[in-house]
Amino acid sequence: MKKPHTLLALLLPALLAWNALSSTTASAGEKPEDNYRTYCAQCHGVQGNGKGINSRDMSVQPRDHTDTKEMSARSDQDLFKAIEDGGLSINKSVLMPPWDDVLSDEEITGLVMYLRTLCRCKHGE
Amino acid sequence: MMVINTQYRQGMRRLLIGVLAMTATPQIHAASAEEILKNDCAGCHNLIGPAPTTLQALWNRKGPDLFYAGNKYQARWLEKWLQTPTRIRPAGMFYANHVKPGAKGDEIDTASLADHPALAMNDAKAITAALMKLTTRSELIRPGEYKPGTVSLATGEMLFDKFRGCLSCHEIEPGYGGMSGPEVYTAAARLQPDYLISYMRNPQAWDPKVFMPNKHLSDVDLQKLVHYLRAIDEENGK
Ligand code: HEC
Ligand code: HEC
Ligand code: HEC
Repeated sequence: MKKPHTLLALLLPALLAWNALSSTTASAGEKPEDNYRTYCAQCHGVQGNGKGINSRDMSVQPRDHTDTKEMSARSDQDLFKAIEDGGLSINKSVLMPPWDDVLSDEEITGLVMYLRTLCRCKHGE
Repeated sequence: MMVINTQYRQGMRRLLIGVLAMTATPQIHAASAEEILKNDCAGCHNLIGPAPTTLQALWNRKGPDLFYAGNKYQARWLEKWLQTPTRIRPAGMFYANHVKPGAKGDEIDTASLADHPALAMNDAKAITAALMKLTTRSELIRPGEYKPGTVSLATGEMLFDKFRGCLSCHEIEPGYGGMSGPEVYTAAARLQPDYLISYMRNPQAWDPKVFMPNKHLSDVDLQKLVHYLRAIDEENGK
């Protein structure tokens, strides 16, 4: 490697910190509960009960993810599809947005598993 | 790990541009404006970039990123708002930091939201000029893309609410709409039309971890949505 000149040497710590930040997101992905808190709780609520701060004026209410009966009627594939491509893709409301540009497939799979812990249920039980 | 990749080089270039922009002193007020920005604003606002790339960084962000301010804001609005700031995000920068479960559902803990510092007129003028020079991310803007036009309030609201589901997160008048995102009844006065189009087309291009989804809007939708934002801004100003 060439010897870095002075300005680069001065800026190097900041650049490395940034580089490190960008490379972690490319690979690992975020924890399901952190993704839920960031992207889902605004509508589905910090406790997953469907009563997020946005729900007041919504014409279709967000699904209560703690509802064992309703949630056990959904297959994991349907939950995955709803999160990836939005409500319309499973003939539900457009108010459930698509998250394909934000979450990786692995992160969506993690969220499906997280939903199963919120409802304490499996498909068909 | 130590590979000097393209992103790294781009980062260095941006950082250098940022540093140079901060140290240049072309105008009368410039020196003091930069001092104010550095001393009184940089603690909460990122003036150099990049935007958060982890959730932790997103949650910790104290104020909106300003490193592309010159591509984002209307100078006239900036100068006025800096003197008489009003709340734009009903639930703060990251809603989950300001929300708690209540009897009827989640509630915003308004006591946890601080008022924004206000500037004197001359400082506001100088800071506005300095901020408008921060024009990183120009590659995301297509200058002149927005073509002025109109849409009725009723049609616009149908699009914004029923068809595209934007009302869930944005208030279209004080006290009506979602609260996790910024209110949009002043968005047209606040933001440049070509920025509005670019941001709505792909929010993640500006802010990779932001909690606004990409709704895959068509070019026709994008134009109509800006018409609508202009209409509700006018309505709100009445
Ligand atoms: C803008 C508000 C909003 C956000 C943000 C949101 N949802 Fe939804 N979601 C809804 C609404 C409304 C429905 C109900 C749709 C219906 O019943 O037609 C829904 C339904 C769902 C369903 C379908 C349940 C069923 O009945 O089949 C799943 C799964 C889901 N949401 C998961 C998530 C996850 C995971 C996130 C975060 C990545 C999320 N949602 C973010 C509004 C939202
Ligand atoms: C204590 C933290 C803090 C400090 C210090 C601070 N700001 Fe802010 N700023 C914020 C927050 C939080 C918001 C978002 C306000 C809202 O949405 O209601 C904001 C919003 C703004 C906005 C509007 C941006 C947008 O996109 O909505 C501008 C412009 C701005 N600040 C400029 C400044 C300037 C210039 C200074 C220094 C003189 C400064 N701020 C100091 C926290 C801060
Ligand atoms: C799930 C919530 C959510 C939905 C749905 C949503 N947004 Fe957003 N929107 C946000 C957030 C969060 C931001 C950026 C917050 C910030 O910069 O602090 C944002 C930013 C914006 C901005 C820029 C405002 C500013 O002050 O910077 C516009 C314009 C906008 N959204 C329009 C729309 C439109 C049009 C739709 C529907 C197609 C939409 N939004 C759907 C959450 C949402």
